[in-house]
Amino acid sequence: MANALLNKLDIEATYDCVQCGYCLPVCPTYIAFKKEKHSPRGRINLVQMAAKGKITIEDMQEGIDLCLGCRACETVCPTNVRYGDILMSAVEVLKENKDMGVIEKVNRTAAFKFALKNKNVLRIINKGLYAYQVSGMQKVVKNYNLLKPVKKFNQMNKAMPDVILSKRITRNINPFRRNDLSIGFFQGCIMDSFFANINELAVKIMKKHYVQVTNIPKQGCCGALQHHAGETAQTVELAMKNIAAYEKYDFDYIVNTIGGCGATLKEYDKLFEPGTDWHKRAVEFTNKVRDISQIMALIDLDLVHGIDKNAVYQPSCHLENVQKVFNDPLKLINKIPQLNYIEMPQKSLCCGSAGIYNILHFDESMQILDLKMNNVKISKPNLIITSNPGCHIQMQLGVEREGLSNEIAVKHIVEVIAEACGVE
Amino acid sequence: MEKIIIDKLNKIFKERLLKAVDERVSYSYDASFGQHIPDLVVQVLSAEEVQKTVEIADEFAIPIYPRGASTSLSGGPLPVHGGIVMDFSQWTQKLEIYPDDLIIKVSPGVKTGDIHRLAEHYNLMYAPDPSSSSICTIGGNLAENAGGPRGVKYGVTKDYVIGLEVVTAAGKLIRTGGSTVKNVTGYDLTKLLIGSEGTLGIITEATLRLIPKPLDTMTAMVIFDDLYTAGKSISKILTAGVRPSKMEILDQNSINKVEDYAELNLPRDAAAIILVEVDGDPEVLPKELAVIKKALEEIGVSNVQVAENKEQEQKLWQVRKLVSPAIVTSGYTKISEDATVPLSKIPDMFKKIDEIKNKYNLNIVVFGHAGDGNLHPTINTNMRDEEEVKRVEFAVEEIFNYAIELGGTLSGEHGIGTMKKAFMLNEVGDDGLDFQKAIKKALDPKNILNPGKIFPEKGEKRLVLRNG
Repeated sequence: MANALLNKLDIEATYDCVQCGYCLPVCPTYIAFKKEKHSPRGRINLVQMAAKGKITIEDMQEGIDLCLGCRACETVCPTNVRYGDILMSAVEVLKENKDMGVIEKVNRTAAFKFALKNKNVLRIINKGLYAYQVSGMQKVVKNYNLLKPVKKFNQMNKAMPDVILSKRITRNINPFRRNDLSIGFFQGCIMDSFFANINELAVKIMKKHYVQVTNIPKQGCCGALQHHAGETAQTVELAMKNIAAYEKYDFDYIVNTIGGCGATLKEYDKLFEPGTDWHKRAVEFTNKVRDISQIMALIDLDLVHGIDKNAVYQPSCHLENVQKVFNDPLKLINKIPQLNYIEMPQKSLCCGSAGIYNILHFDESMQILDLKMNNVKISKPNLIITSNPGCHIQMQLGVEREGLSNEIAVKHIVEVIAEACGVE
Repeated sequence: MEKIIIDKLNKIFKERLLKAVDERVSYSYDASFGQHIPDLVVQVLSAEEVQKTVEIADEFAIPIYPRGASTSLSGGPLPVHGGIVMDFSQWTQKLEIYPDDLIIKVSPGVKTGDIHRLAEHYNLMYAPDPSSSSICTIGGNLAENAGGPRGVKYGVTKDYVIGLEVVTAAGKLIRTGGSTVKNVTGYDLTKLLIGSEGTLGIITEATLRLIPKPLDTMTAMVIFDDLYTAGKSISKILTAGVRPSKMEILDQNSINKVEDYAELNLPRDAAAIILVEVDGDPEVLPKELAVIKKALEEIGVSNVQVAENKEQEQKLWQVRKLVSPAIVTSGYTKISEDATVPLSKIPDMFKKIDEIKNKYNLNIVVFGHAGDGNLHPTINTNMRDEEEVKRVEFAVEEIFNYAIELGGTLSGEHGIGTMKKAFMLNEVGDDGLDFQKAIKKALDPKNILNPGKIFPEKGEKRLVLRNG
């Protein structure tokens, strides 16, 4: 049994690592925790040693658990080690090996199996949040830190974005509309309920510029969080559902506004055995996946309003390191009239949000966030531009923790572009 | 490890004493070969902590292995006899520049790249530039006497160190050298300690010399139809009256690997290319390149492409940078050597490596620092194929021995460590080795400082890549 489990570790990929150490300076957990086992090189070694039976599966637990999965190491790796695959294999093995702690188990069951998969439940959560905010409670909770029972989530609550009710995007296939570009819009689930506003703005921006946007009725969650938690079977199921849903249309691109979800969509092909029919279908799907910033950079935006701010950009790790989108957001930001872009030191270092890392490993996540906020303070912006909801909440939290919420606004790149385009 | 030792170290280091197995295995490797799990790891942050640890090690006769970022290609920091790994990578706190004195004082964990940046901020330069400078620590550079491409004009690490603070094997704190370039007070211990691979003392602070930062650079790519002419051109360029700041060579295999990898429009048919950089006054640089061009014409080399702007220049250096990633095939490991030969012997070395490549049927590419004879024959191999690894071992041995035969050396800049100690005798001879051992014995009688490095074990004659 243990052996069968060990065979699941991606030992082949670990042999690509020459232990040169180029990944160390870009790894947020190595910088924050200062120990080699919290570096990519250290983790790859742990996985290889576990696979060879030289250490136990439990021995690699802490190193693997505390990885943010930002994959900055892949971007700098001179030998192209497939770190993401090694990490995912270890996460899955750890998950199968260990009886999860009760609390975590409840979290996972509730969050993954039930809520994330079921859009109606998410809409209910969304409505709940909405009610909670319109009732004015948020102010009270924010100001007096009343949220119970888990004290450490108080700060998280302070960073919650103002929620608007998400509504279904209308299916608008209109044959008379000028359609330079036809896209299928991937709403995402977290994004849909927490940031419905941003999705709405994104669609409005595209429509204003004559992009034909279609919403797909049968789309579901992308599967990112399940995948990060080692729930591969669930991820595959979700992937198949989405691929099948989009195949019915002939879009130029499949567009989303969430760096992390987009990364998972971009890697759907990795979930299937090469040579199989599903793999082929997955490749066709992933080839069309684009981030909203890539689409906005493609169209000739009508930027009518200036934004008089000093702005830094906090890229989503998965937008950069997995989707390889580095320049399009910056191109957009630099086009905005009156906006003064400041390059933040160590801009590409993860903020510590990393999916639900900041919920599972709150203290460690705050250590990473402190590194990020030091660089924010050096740059002195009054606007932080984000590209992913997780990072967005985390940066908002960082601003709150530093007591800077009166000086620094946090906005998604879609919000900023919408403002410049006069889209409301 | 005895409990009393752990207790003593625990008092000094607390959470910086690493005992758990997942921590210890993470300090068991470097970028070379072999894995050796230490009994303990301590993360030092002051000379006092180093002293106290050495005192304990001395009392209980436990080996200590100083370790920087563990980018070593020769096994320098590996804890081959068990004991304590002393991790310096977190001791980054001291990085002080005295621009008017042209010196920088650093703690051992500071990254070489951070030293470069600070110096440049003051329009100065710390010249040694190992290719791993964005990760490696100055402590590791000092221990191994690291080099880099700029070596051809500016020398290596030892040429830029004027003072050291060192903890001796007895736990005493001493200073060597000082803050002046000229200093002949007593033995030149600074130079003795640099490159001693942590076997004679533990460096806790260094005073580094800076030079004015060159105003500008220009780069040309020279393309060769045959390897022999490429080799000959190196001396020709260096005797033309101009001193290039970098001179890097890539053989045909390297060129094609880079081209496969990155499609930069390189001449695939060329037998070799040499990248030549000159630095200094921007008005003078074109003249210097013209001098080089003229010298090359005299030996029939006319294919010289000069980078016309910074972008083109960057692209040319990109070629050199991409060699390492380009030559690695997925699932394979690269074994990179750094045998160094007199300049006039470079063509012979290239010829020999080609023979070895065919003889053992291996995937070998050659590139390196042409200007100082420091070549990096690099073998791409599957470490899980025992039979192939055996062939690699024979091939590497032949390269080592031929370098010595040509009047060269086993290692130009990577160090001896564990990888090359079996061949020390071939290069320095019995008496030479005894002289070095006498120094080691006098300064570290209990052999607690980085044991198992540099000196071969009795009867050790073979290179062994497979272990651990």
